[in-house]
Amino acid sequence: MKRVSLVFTLALAAGLSTQAATAQTLKTVKDRGMVSCGVSQGLPGFSSPDDKGNWTGLDVDICRAVAAAIFDDPTKVKFVPLSAKDRFTALQSGEIDLLSRNTTWTLSRDTSLGANFTGVTYYDGQGFLVKKSLKVNSALELNSASVCVQTGTTTEQNLADYFKSNNMKYEVIAFGTADETVKAYESGRCDVFTSDVSQLYAERLKLSNPADHAVLPEVISKEPLGPMVRHGDDQWFDLVKWTLFAMVDAEELGITQKNVDDMAKSDKPELKRVFGTDGNLGEQLGVTKDWVSRIVKAVGNYGESFDRNVGAGSKLGIARGLNQLWNKGGIQYAPPIR
Amino acid sequence: MSIEARSPPSQFTAKLRYALGGRAGWGGFGLQIVFVAVVAWIGYEIVANVRANLEAQRITSGFGFLDNTAGFDVSQNLIPYSGSDTYTRVFFVGLLNTLLVSVIGIFFATLIGFLVALGRLSPNWLLSRISGGYVEAIRNVPLLFQILFWYLAVLGALPNPRQSISLFGSFFLSNRGLVIPRPIGDPGFDPFAIALVIAILASVVLWRHARRQLFESGKVIKVWPTALGLLIGLPLLSALIFGAPVTFEVPVLKGFNFAGGSRVIPEFVALTLALSTYTAAFIAEIVRAGILSVHKGQMEAGSSLGLQRGAVLRLIVIPQAMRVILPPLTNQYLNLTKNSSLAVAIGYPDLVSVFAGTTLSQTGQAIEIIGITMGVYLLISLLTSAAMSFYGWRIGRSMGG
Repeated sequence: MKRVSLVFTLALAAGLSTQAATAQTLKTVKDRGMVSCGVSQGLPGFSSPDDKGNWTGLDVDICRAVAAAIFDDPTKVKFVPLSAKDRFTALQSGEIDLLSRNTTWTLSRDTSLGANFTGVTYYDGQGFLVKKSLKVNSALELNSASVCVQTGTTTEQNLADYFKSNNMKYEVIAFGTADETVKAYESGRCDVFTSDVSQLYAERLKLSNPADHAVLPEVISKEPLGPMVRHGDDQWFDLVKWTLFAMVDAEELGITQKNVDDMAKSDKPELKRVFGTDGNLGEQLGVTKDWVSRIVKAVGNYGESFDRNVGAGSKLGIARGLNQLWNKGGIQYAPPIR
Repeated sequence: MSIEARSPPSQFTAKLRYALGGRAGWGGFGLQIVFVAVVAWIGYEIVANVRANLEAQRITSGFGFLDNTAGFDVSQNLIPYSGSDTYTRVFFVGLLNTLLVSVIGIFFATLIGFLVALGRLSPNWLLSRISGGYVEAIRNVPLLFQILFWYLAVLGALPNPRQSISLFGSFFLSNRGLVIPRPIGDPGFDPFAIALVIAILASVVLWRHARRQLFESGKVIKVWPTALGLLIGLPLLSALIFGAPVTFEVPVLKGFNFAGGSRVIPEFVALTLALSTYTAAFIAEIVRAGILSVHKGQMEAGSSLGLQRGAVLRLIVIPQAMRVILPPLTNQYLNLTKNSSLAVAIGYPDLVSVFAGTTLSQTGQAIEIIGITMGVYLLISLLTSAAMSFYGWRIGRSMGG
């Protein structure tokens, strides 16, 4: 762990001492022919490589959508797996163009890291995973428990806050990677494994007997997860931001991977703007007019990506919940493309 | 063409020239100045550029974060610590945890290392083969793997707290660590401590006296029965007069874990075990080389004086071997300290884990934090080297060499 951070820190020092502050990220990406995208080290549903080495997941789809908008080719992405504590340094040093790694949007991260969040891909919250044999039904029964947590996350602070405000004692054991944390939980070193709820469902699949473990009902924090880009390049910031918006808007407008070509022929003024047959909205972003159809063809709309990776169509089977569109009872909402 | 005799340069100038420029003289001195200036300029450029660019990208920099509230907890703290303390305190908690595991690791590594080396040199066939096997098995397996082995395979196999292995109903061993009764000071504690200190001082004085007698008149005085009597008798007497020095808070299983008592966490045990057994394999070879470097005649001379094998080793061979052993032994001590940063893999809260890990990712100030951490490891290493050099200097002086 230490060595990796050290490499990134040296790269950061070297990068900062040479690169111009206002980097033209889009131009760099086009010249390179690849989007360099920071992802997790393997979190099923969000970013994990399959048995053929292809990266899949909701976070991965954001990277692929950006690549599709630029190159019309969702495979032109270089995935950089990062641990929780190395991710920001990798972004600051220019090692990656965007960070799409289940990262919680907080004020301090938005301001002090020299980076911006571009939106929310998944509304999450922190929860607890326990063995069913402990017969615990609520997080409030966890007094004096040992808790395993991955270091370098917002989780550690939420945990301290929650136990303190409920006057409960606990012991925290913090590990470097998610795998080490889960292994320690499984070996019985801790009674509880805490993380974002989506991650608990994903990690539970890795346990030898998933049915023996349950996620407690309490959600103790707000964890809006989203992609990040560096400060100082508004064009790139806009492009990544609107890539996610395009996916959400596509779902709202009923544009899917299957019907995208038919919809593109539509006469509706709204759809004509989206597909670029009227106006040049895509070009204003620095890509081509047909950017939305490129994105939807590559990864589908937001709902399709959600279902395929974490929702009903996946092993995780997480309900849409808060991540349903705003007009269907959730809070996913994107500004209009016009 | 006539050859003129050159006047010899004055003694002082020649010495200065040599000191500043080496064999190349003044020219070398000039080159050195240019070199230092270039290095200084590159360093300045890097610092200035980093500062400017950090500012341009609005990445927070500076050391102000050290006063902010940390907001996370740590599983082992030698000084009082809670989530509402500052990052500075986190730094010291991590530093002390690193030092604790290093010092205890160095102690056991040295002990095991010397024993294995002596075992390997022993005329006993079985003992020497076992020691040799230990060295080869341990030093050829990666350290991280050994740490994980101790943590997951050995300590992870212990039962959960509810089925913990209990000793006298007050010591409990489980996969949460070893829980032991905690001594709490009573009114009788101060006299007890004073009595103990007096007993130790008296024993030391006695031992020195016996040594002087041995050197001056060759008279052997048995010290240990008197010393033992002092060490046990005096504190016992104090306890009888002033009452028990401490009472013990016995741990009780409460909810998920034990409440009360002191606890040794399994992360600490696994890391100490792995570091000391691993480093001991290298130390054993260093000590063996050192002992073999002492001429055989020394051993024979010792034996012919009527000394036993243990005394020959202790009084004649090892002091001479120390001169060879010490420099590479220092290396091993430094390695052990630096290797302790692998702690993060098993969740032991050392400096790298809590400061260069959690603190770094919460504040995002990579350059400052990695800088401080590197500086601290450098300082620990330099202090260790200095202490070992001082020890080496003393050995050299006592042997008149």
